[in-house]
Amino acid sequence: MTKDLKQLAAMAASGALNRRAFMSRAAALGASTAMAGSFLGTAARAATPQKGGTFKVAISGGQSTDSLDPARSTNDTTLVVLKHFGDYLVEVDVDGSLVMRLASAIESSADAKVWTFTIREGISFHNGATLAASDVVATLRRHADETSQSGALGILRGIDTIEDVDGKVVITLADGNADLPYLLADYHLVIQPNGGLDAPDAGIGTGPYKVVQADHGVRYTFEKFADYWDDSRGHVDAVELLVIADDTARIAALQSGQVHIANRVPPKIAGLIERHPQIDIHSAGGPGHYVFNMFCDTAPFDNNDLRLALKYAIDRQQMVDSILFGHGSVGNDTPINSAYPLFSGDIEQRTYDPEKAAAHYKASGHDGPIVLRTADGSFPGAVDAAQLFQQSAQAAGIQIEIKREPNDGYWSEVWNKQPFCTSYWGGRPTQDAMYSTAYLSTADWNDTNFRRDDFDAKLLAARVETNPEARTSLYRDMSVMVNNEGGAMIPMFANWVEGTRSEVEGWYDDPAQTMMNGMATIKCWLKA
Amino acid sequence: MIAQRLALSLLILWAVSVVIFIGTEILPGDVAQNILGQSATPEALENLRTEMGLNDPALSRYLSWAGGIIQGDLGTALTNGRDIAESMTSRLINTLFLAAFAAVMSVPLAIFLGLLAVRYRDRWPDKLISATTLASISLPEFFIGYVLILIFAVNIPLFPSVASVYDGMGFFARLNAMALPAMALTLVVLAHMMRMTRAAILNVMESAYIETAELKGLSSFKIIYRHALPNAIAPIVNVVMLNLAYLIVGVVVIEVIFVYPGLGQYLVDHVSKRDIPVVQACGLIFAAIFIGLNLVADITALLTNPRLRHPK
Repeated sequence: MTKDLKQLAAMAASGALNRRAFMSRAAALGASTAMAGSFLGTAARAATPQKGGTFKVAISGGQSTDSLDPARSTNDTTLVVLKHFGDYLVEVDVDGSLVMRLASAIESSADAKVWTFTIREGISFHNGATLAASDVVATLRRHADETSQSGALGILRGIDTIEDVDGKVVITLADGNADLPYLLADYHLVIQPNGGLDAPDAGIGTGPYKVVQADHGVRYTFEKFADYWDDSRGHVDAVELLVIADDTARIAALQSGQVHIANRVPPKIAGLIERHPQIDIHSAGGPGHYVFNMFCDTAPFDNNDLRLALKYAIDRQQMVDSILFGHGSVGNDTPINSAYPLFSGDIEQRTYDPEKAAAHYKASGHDGPIVLRTADGSFPGAVDAAQLFQQSAQAAGIQIEIKREPNDGYWSEVWNKQPFCTSYWGGRPTQDAMYSTAYLSTADWNDTNFRRDDFDAKLLAARVETNPEARTSLYRDMSVMVNNEGGAMIPMFANWVEGTRSEVEGWYDDPAQTMMNGMATIKCWLKA
Repeated sequence: MIAQRLALSLLILWAVSVVIFIGTEILPGDVAQNILGQSATPEALENLRTEMGLNDPALSRYLSWAGGIIQGDLGTALTNGRDIAESMTSRLINTLFLAAFAAVMSVPLAIFLGLLAVRYRDRWPDKLISATTLASISLPEFFIGYVLILIFAVNIPLFPSVASVYDGMGFFARLNAMALPAMALTLVVLAHMMRMTRAAILNVMESAYIETAELKGLSSFKIIYRHALPNAIAPIVNVVMLNLAYLIVGVVVIEVIFVYPGLGQYLVDHVSKRDIPVVQACGLIFAAIFIGLNLVADITALLTNPRLRHPK
């Protein structure tokens, strides 16, 4: 309990939790108010960041094929690299609120169609140039260009024009979108000098650290940017990122003290690693989820009774316990969980019920085995999860035939092509972004072929709705619709599991992405 | 004879390049799809394909690549647009350096242990050497690597578990970082070379002239290294060369475990992204090294055998 409390207190002290949230969570851990209060005090004193030192980090995901071009970033390593040298217009905090970064103020028209961003003054790039609105405009235009290969192209598609009007950035949308600032927090949208049009992979930004060496797939080194504008970030003198793909090697580097932080600790061994006196394991619940996709328009999955039968035939708790080893939470067949703003927690949780499953199965009139395609590359433990599902479905009289596919080519040949397969989603900053990406009728990645006019209408209505209560209620209706009639069977949400040495301070859990949403080395510091 | 061999080698290299090209063409997915991954939109895919020239027919892509190679231009990587020769050089040097380090430890050790095993043939030193080297070759490489990490990095922190080397690193710092992978590789290749040495020398030991040497009253160790070893050199060089080739081209697993920035990991990353020019370039270099080392073995066999050196 003490360890958890310390962590909570550190979060509260660093501003990640407000005092009331801290007290209520501490109470849930069984701490008295006085005890919790004293922890908070100690943490706040200790939470004065210490400056200096060299952060060493072992991180997975990087490959020698990577590039410093923000538009081409697709993995954990490049995400973290971008956050070192780059800054964004805005960021999304752990409580879902917006943090102003390179934008100092945001205004929107009443219909959420025209957005005006005031750009912070006196910010310099690593190459000495001063940030101007034109740089922001060029950056956003580069990513929004239809011929770009940017990973952010999809979310910027609703933008009509991006203009520099008297030193302010004015964005006009085709249709209103109250969430636009959240979309601009996307990690690809690093503001680069002249938008990176001259040299997209130069690695020049306004971030707290400058790129010293970039050996892709191997090692990155950074040094503190002396002219950085925000004193509350970038506490160390230098950062060394080591790309270590092999899980065992990454954990060994943490155990032997060669690195301060290792990301993606396999849940299977997290409990063992935590026994090490100098290692803390952090488990942050996020929007990332594992999913079994059924095509709503392809037989036999075009029958909602069959979909419901399968949804009742999966033992969610068992999955969380034996696939995630407790580092996760059960899913409710909707991609939305408490990590999202405007979440409604009162939707009934679907549980394993072989009788109901058998009843729906009978009602569907289907007979014979159902083919499920899977590969370990679709999510860690996917093949095991498929086998657990096969057994729990067997108890309801449903035959599942597992077809193992090669990892290689899974995303191009199986996912979004076969009617029933395993997959994962990393989550998005807002409910709108998640639904627009994978549940809107016209979405490219509508990987369950869920096409419903009434759902689309609600999504578009929520996008321009500025009253939070009305919006929450619309989102609730959509979750219920996906839960009851959708093709996505979502048994679990996976946590980010990371390990730090005890000299790392200032850590708090950010559910958005791995490594405190890529900010670990920027917001944490090293105890001398 | 050597000229004929060289010509054959070039033919094999060409065949290798064709096989690699066909192989990567058959694999599902292309480089554009693999760069963009799950987040690929049809527009982005099409843009990237056009930019990379993937829409050209396969034959014309192969020919333009082959044309570059003949002029000594390895081309640029499709995935990140960097010059292949440039990014490969440092990787190749790292790989060769690790191989050399492992070879300097393993080759003399293997030959010495082989001689020792012959000297104490069928007695306990022979049996001990055979048993331990056989055990180390039977264990998978990754297991040896993990055991070394557990013992020498976690339990007794003598060497780093991450063999991260970079430009501007001092020579001894580099050796220290590379100690564990070099040890692992030594254990992996030791048994093969040592057993071959032992067998080759034992073969020679049956000869009549060894008996003469014994009757002359020479010490048994002197007989082995002065009279038996020179006549057994050809098969030993052969197996040493095979193992050297392995140290250069077969160390991907060790590189991954110890995070060593060599050519193997570089190749694997690009295969998984279907970056054909890089795969081709690596394949050519690996094939050239393999063929070259085998050529050296053949020439050594020629030079050490008077009957081949002075044909009638």
